[in-house]
Amino acid sequence: MMREFGLGNRGVVRAREHFDWPLFLVSSMLAVVGVINLYSATSAARAALSDIYIQQIYWLVLGGIFATVVSAIDYRHYERLGYLLYGVGIISLLLVFILGKDIRGSSRWINIGSFSFQPSEFTKIFLIIALAKYLHDDPKSEGRTLSDLLVPAIIAAVPTLLVLKQPDLGTALIHGLIFTTICLLTRIKWKSLLSLVVGAGVLFPLVWTYGMKDYQKKRITTFLNPEENLLGSGWHAHHARVAIGAGGVTGQGFMKGTQNQFHFLPDQHSDFPFAVYAEDWGFLGGFFLVFLYAFLVLWAIRVASSAKDRFGAVLAIGCGALIFWHAIFNLGMVTGLLPVVGVTLPLFSAGGSSVLTVMMAIGLLMNVSMRRNA
Amino acid sequence: MSERLVPRSDVGEFRKRYQWMALFAFVAFAIVAVRLFQLQVIGGKEYAQVAHENVIRRVTLSTTRGVIRDAYGRVLASSRPAFNVYIVPGRVMPSARPPRRWGSVDERDSFPQIADTLRLNPDERARLTAKIREACVTDEDKSACWHSILVREDVPRDIVAELKQHAWELVGSDVVSAPVRLYPYKNLGSHLLGYVAQVDAETLSKFRPENYKTMTSEERAKANPLGYAPGDTLGATGIERAWEAYLRGQRGWEKRVVDARGRYHTGPEADRLLDDPKRQEPIPGRDLRLTVDMELMEGIEKAMRTQVSGAVVVVDVRTGRLLALYSKPDFDPNDLSGGAGREKVRETFNKLYADALRPMLDKSMSGAFQPGSTFKPFSALAALEAKLINPAESERCDGYLFYGRRVFRCSHVHGRVNMRAAIAQSCNIYFYRLGETVGIDRLAHVAAEFGLGQKTGLGINPEAQGRVPTRSWYSLRYKGQFRIGFTLNSAIGQGATTVTPLQLALAYAAIGNGGTVYMPQAVRAIESADGAVLQDFPPRVRQKAHVQPENLQRITDALHAVVNEEHGTAYPVRDPALDVAGKTGTAQTGYVATSKDSAKTAWFLAKDHAWFASFAPFKSPEVAVVVLAEHGGSGPTIAAPIAIQVVREYTRLRAIRAGKPPPPVRDPQRPLPPTAPQAPIPVGPAPGDPDPNDPVSPPVPVVPTSIPPGGGQDEDMP
Repeated sequence: MMREFGLGNRGVVRAREHFDWPLFLVSSMLAVVGVINLYSATSAARAALSDIYIQQIYWLVLGGIFATVVSAIDYRHYERLGYLLYGVGIISLLLVFILGKDIRGSSRWINIGSFSFQPSEFTKIFLIIALAKYLHDDPKSEGRTLSDLLVPAIIAAVPTLLVLKQPDLGTALIHGLIFTTICLLTRIKWKSLLSLVVGAGVLFPLVWTYGMKDYQKKRITTFLNPEENLLGSGWHAHHARVAIGAGGVTGQGFMKGTQNQFHFLPDQHSDFPFAVYAEDWGFLGGFFLVFLYAFLVLWAIRVASSAKDRFGAVLAIGCGALIFWHAIFNLGMVTGLLPVVGVTLPLFSAGGSSVLTVMMAIGLLMNVSMRRNA
Repeated sequence: MSERLVPRSDVGEFRKRYQWMALFAFVAFAIVAVRLFQLQVIGGKEYAQVAHENVIRRVTLSTTRGVIRDAYGRVLASSRPAFNVYIVPGRVMPSARPPRRWGSVDERDSFPQIADTLRLNPDERARLTAKIREACVTDEDKSACWHSILVREDVPRDIVAELKQHAWELVGSDVVSAPVRLYPYKNLGSHLLGYVAQVDAETLSKFRPENYKTMTSEERAKANPLGYAPGDTLGATGIERAWEAYLRGQRGWEKRVVDARGRYHTGPEADRLLDDPKRQEPIPGRDLRLTVDMELMEGIEKAMRTQVSGAVVVVDVRTGRLLALYSKPDFDPNDLSGGAGREKVRETFNKLYADALRPMLDKSMSGAFQPGSTFKPFSALAALEAKLINPAESERCDGYLFYGRRVFRCSHVHGRVNMRAAIAQSCNIYFYRLGETVGIDRLAHVAAEFGLGQKTGLGINPEAQGRVPTRSWYSLRYKGQFRIGFTLNSAIGQGATTVTPLQLALAYAAIGNGGTVYMPQAVRAIESADGAVLQDFPPRVRQKAHVQPENLQRITDALHAVVNEEHGTAYPVRDPALDVAGKTGTAQTGYVATSKDSAKTAWFLAKDHAWFASFAPFKSPEVAVVVLAEHGGSGPTIAAPIAIQVVREYTRLRAIRAGKPPPPVRDPQRPLPPTAPQAPIPVGPAPGDPDPNDPVSPPVPVVPTSIPPGGGQDEDMP
């Protein structure tokens, strides 16, 4: 049994030998800094948000356990269970429509007891596994054509559209980008790639007209005219940028940032913790954090490149893509480079589902890394 | 290891892409890092300033409007503190705003608690809730969602205390100090005092041009020296308006630390953020000491009880100071100043403007009326000055006179009358002949010498100019056809001749004092809130009438005869105890009934104006009294008794005050009122006095260090 799951003596020894210390250390640093930052972010609104950073610690501990378990089981077992997990994910997304609770105009959460969890976070992982399995099972020596990509596209489209329907533009976008990244990893024929780009160009206006809610459009138009509507839809982007800028080179000091302390940053713990961090710690702190994320992503690519099979490589790239797109979209949104789209910052944003998902991704990375080619 | 776990697939397909992906990721993070550099290192200072401004708010510290007192220190206008409560819809009810993905977790609706604290009834609550929801359909910057709405006016003190105590929870509510102006004498003196009103958008736009927000503080001080802001009150009429710059005071401000939801933060952490200067103290408005005696005004009000409409002016013959300025019908400035709520203001306005008797018009100076026979002394003076008439020579009055095809009538058949008798008995025939001899321009010239047909320069309410027509005026008006009838009408104060009661009072004062036309004064002194006299306004001469003393003597003698000799028109209503000289007047109004007027209105409007213009005591004149009973009827029977009553009241009050000297103006050095002419009397406007031509924007803003100079040597600083 133990052998069956790769936890045999040899497996454990192997894991110890190949334990990925850089991955572990960088992830831990992000988690620790994230908790400290959450303490600052919620300090002004103590009464309402007093226990957020405590909860975050709980989630991180739980996430650590998840990651340990996920990394301990040889990833090739996930390959076997790939479509099953995917199916569970899709069912949980469907359940959202039945059981989901409505928060600010969209339903994303399912309540289990006193917990509420967000299935769309976990489906990213299941999507990665499913895509990895498909590509693993379908090697192509010369380039892939569009019809070769049809099945993976359907695999990705189902959860993406379900999430879009909630509606949760940000998470749907991440699903789509994970799929795109994995596709780009494979060898695609130039013609096919070109027609994909053209297709996307045609699709966008259609999505804009029929697929997007007014408030989503508003966010994008606000991004194009940032100073237009400071009290309404432009509030977040404007005040986040002011907070970051006000941090200066060395920052205003821990828990001293006025934009955060005086409530100018809404969602300071969920979507805008980086603004709090940059205001408190300045450019030096901000640059350090960006460096950590960059390291994590580049490390994931390294893990992928050293994977011993296609499944592991796609898995690692998928997890790296998850972290990369989350980080880039969140940082881009908070710094005003991208429109305000609700995407969390891995390990920095408060939230159980998000933390568990990222920890699972890191666990998978660790898994692939530990079982790389010697 | 099981068979299945043996590595079996080739990873070569992906190999080439890793480098591209790594490069892409690196560039993406590098862009973020560059952006951070741009925001934090390059733009750091600027953003730090924006962040600082976000949390610092300048809260205005209200000032108190100056108190207006009469000559004897009775309070005529003061302010009591009052508070209005406003809410910002989007802040008191965030749930009413359009849903969005982001929002603060602890943002909850504070409206229910605000409504509870204000003790709103269910109806008001429902109405406001609907209003808030309507305002917040969108929450764009300019949406009504962010515009304050008034919830309750004049909130009781205990509720204000409660609101302040719970300010932290009552997000989006604001308690605004809006002092209410109180006029203890209500209607009495309402035209003179005026009222205060909320500054309207048009006036405000003059003080705050469109680019006001971007102006520097110096430019602002220039454009808006008194610092008007929306919702401020300012003097709308009367002294409240003319002396606005002095009464208003200057608001101060205080910097406070405020969070995104408008709540104030205190304590060392917050104070650390405040930069200097932290506070500017408000300067209270100046108090005004008027020349008016409210006790005399009360006497006048009683004397005028029988009349529905008219005016009374009492002026000190020796100084031009106004002891009383009365206009009827009047209004209660308390109702117009918002003391009873905004609804009441609107209601009162509608009522006042619908009234045919025009209660808002200050008839003592804003209305011009035909003076009738009260004009005759000036006609007589013109004749004497021109040496065209021998006053001893008499004319025959048959009660009518033909000129061309027109007949000019007299009130009685007076028989043979000389000038003195013609004035005493008010014979028109004598004056028709006099007018014909003297000519219209000489009449106009002398009238102008006494200030008739010219604005007096009091500068309190818009003054009617009146008119003393000349030949050229008539030829302009009637296309060159000058008729002798114009002159005849002018000689008896009819036709195109009009004066204001104030002008007439000053002219009669000039007759009484030997020909000095004074600048009328309603404000005696400016005082600081602690009672010190900051500036004292000495009397000022406007002009001297160039008439021979012996001619003036003849006129005053005749005016004395009007009241004190058996055939005098006012003889029947004289008071032997009083020594009054004056002239009655019964002015035809030239009213032609139209079908629009009801029978009652027509009857009223067809009646003559009753006048009595006088000064007293005859031997050494102190006051000039002019009474106008608008459409009151006959001067001798209606206006004269009122004037006699006013003189009686004046004399009574003087006697009381002589026995028990009036309280001094707190500064014992300078007793009020003046009992003797002060010398020297400067001629011309003194600097620091409100510009009579532009009463709205009086001179320099009031700051204690810049009291306008020129108040005389006896100026003392606080």
